[in-house]
Amino acid sequence: MSLFDWFANRQKSEPVTQKRQEREIADGLWSKCEACGVLAYTKDLQANQMVCSECNHHLRVDSDERIRQLIDAKTWKPLNEEISPIDPLSFKDRKAYKDRLSDYQQKTGLTDAVQTGTGLLDGLPVALGVMDFRFMGGSMGSVVGEKLCRLIEYGTQEGLPVVIICASGGARMQEGMLSLMQMAKISGALEHHRREKLLYIPVLTHPTTGGVTASFAMLGDFILAEPKATIGFAGRRVIEQTLREKLPDDFQSAEYLLKYGFVDAIVPRTQLKATLAQLISLHQLSPIAPGHHHNGDRVHYQHHNEPKKIHRDAMQVLEETD
Amino acid sequence: MPTQTRKPFLLDFEKPLCELESRIAQIRELAAENNVDVSAQIQELEAKAVQLRQEIFSALTPSQRLQLARHPRRPSTLDYIQAICDDWFEMHGDRGGYDDPALVGGVARLDGKPVVILGHQKGRDTKDNVARNFGMASPGGYRKAMRLMDHANRFQMPIITLIDTPGAWAGVDAEKLGQGEAIAYNLREMFALDVPILCTVIGEGGSGGALGIGVGDRLMMFEHSVYTVATPEACAAILWKDASRSPQAASALKITAWDLKELGIIDQILPEPSSGAHADPLGAAQNLKKALLENLQDLLSLSAKQRRDLRYQKFRQMGKYTLA
Repeated sequence: MSLFDWFANRQKSEPVTQKRQEREIADGLWSKCEACGVLAYTKDLQANQMVCSECNHHLRVDSDERIRQLIDAKTWKPLNEEISPIDPLSFKDRKAYKDRLSDYQQKTGLTDAVQTGTGLLDGLPVALGVMDFRFMGGSMGSVVGEKLCRLIEYGTQEGLPVVIICASGGARMQEGMLSLMQMAKISGALEHHRREKLLYIPVLTHPTTGGVTASFAMLGDFILAEPKATIGFAGRRVIEQTLREKLPDDFQSAEYLLKYGFVDAIVPRTQLKATLAQLISLHQLSPIAPGHHHNGDRVHYQHHNEPKKIHRDAMQVLEETD
Repeated sequence: MPTQTRKPFLLDFEKPLCELESRIAQIRELAAENNVDVSAQIQELEAKAVQLRQEIFSALTPSQRLQLARHPRRPSTLDYIQAICDDWFEMHGDRGGYDDPALVGGVARLDGKPVVILGHQKGRDTKDNVARNFGMASPGGYRKAMRLMDHANRFQMPIITLIDTPGAWAGVDAEKLGQGEAIAYNLREMFALDVPILCTVIGEGGSGGALGIGVGDRLMMFEHSVYTVATPEACAAILWKDASRSPQAASALKITAWDLKELGIIDQILPEPSSGAHADPLGAAQNLKKALLENLQDLLSLSAKQRRDLRYQKFRQMGKYTLA
């Protein structure tokens, strides 16, 4: 048997029909990279943090997966999970907002478009908010605003750095002006956090646009972005229509923002946790030894109080040695 | 005749009223020419006009109010500044290479006391509007506004902002210069200012572009102004996939002063003269001045910290959700 025959037989014996391929994608066994089309075994892809190993494309990750990627195992403590959306304007476009909400809740298992909580990031206590684009395009309504506000306030109170993973189309139109005002509310909470000289780092993922860009996404002490993420204030189509001109390909990409000075660094997802840990530890007077916070497997709230205390103790030591 | 010059800007719902008014004027003219006494009929017609005006203006739909808010003759920021302030000195430039004509401001005296007053500036006619970019401010405009507000804070002057924009400018340069960052920065820093801040929507409050100078101790709106999360046109195009549904979107979005008062977003509705601010700009200016002075008096009795705390609390309670 020639080598050529061997290949021919092999194809015959293992026909990967399109139907089967689709079924396996649907089963979640295989995932197709939306950029290069290469099929990857989902488990491998997850191990690589949903970054295509062929073309380095960053596939979308949901909030659960993101928390798994960033927070040390068994240290995540969600905050304010009970806050749920209502339909304050009795809004109905082609579909009632109420129905939209329950559809998305069923589809995603989330109450709204953000998860917030505390946990350890490479042993460093952090207050983390993760937006979820699957839920109505990550749009920001009252719940997103309230949960992020409470997270930041908790961070301020406990002396924790705040990290927010942004992924949002902007303000949620179905809640009208209540949505717009969340921009101000969150910015106000960040002002208090900043006043306490605490660190805030937004991470801009694909896409971060509209009201989120015009508020907390752009207010970081450091602003990090994922490669090729779309980041902008106005929608690309809106600009194209108003100006009637073709926009450059890299317009509103993470790389474009880096070039014009609006982000500090583009960080590949596989290095995000290490980068955040580096930045947070650089801003603490006393590095926290790993394991310091563990009490068996569970981490309790009071452990998260420590940075403030450690911060103060360190200041005291500094003063005493003066 | 004033009705003649106003004609090109007549809104549909203003037409019956305008017809009646011109008929009264005609009768008056005829009577004067022929020397007949028609005062009884005129009185009757005038009473009818008052009633009609009231009927029309009390039953405006949200999209009609939007038309009024965008009325080309509606008084603008510079009109109000001229009408209510003395000693006006306009400040220019963001000190970063740009002076935005769509966002103007400076120092002035209000009732004898120095204030910083600033706002979006729309144009009077097409040429002026092109120069003013239709009141759509650029990042440099928001940075100029912040520069002026910092100035106010340093010299302990109250800040008065007048909001009148379809939205922040959406263009290539605006993105390149960080429109999002410029607005975001103002949102945060306005919470940190010690001096009283009074924000009034005088016409169109368009989304983030309005909010960029809209964080204050008091939020007020003229009764025929609107404040929106997105223009009804954009909202209709996105949610209904049909821009012609914008009147429906205008109703659904709750953009009128009464809706927003009920939702706990604004503090006060400023009355307009009976046919709208464009019919009597000086009347509207008087109402604005009165409200500004009253609110300033309240706010000046508080300490800087109290004001900052109350300002935060005010925005903190905005939003509707359930703890289920």
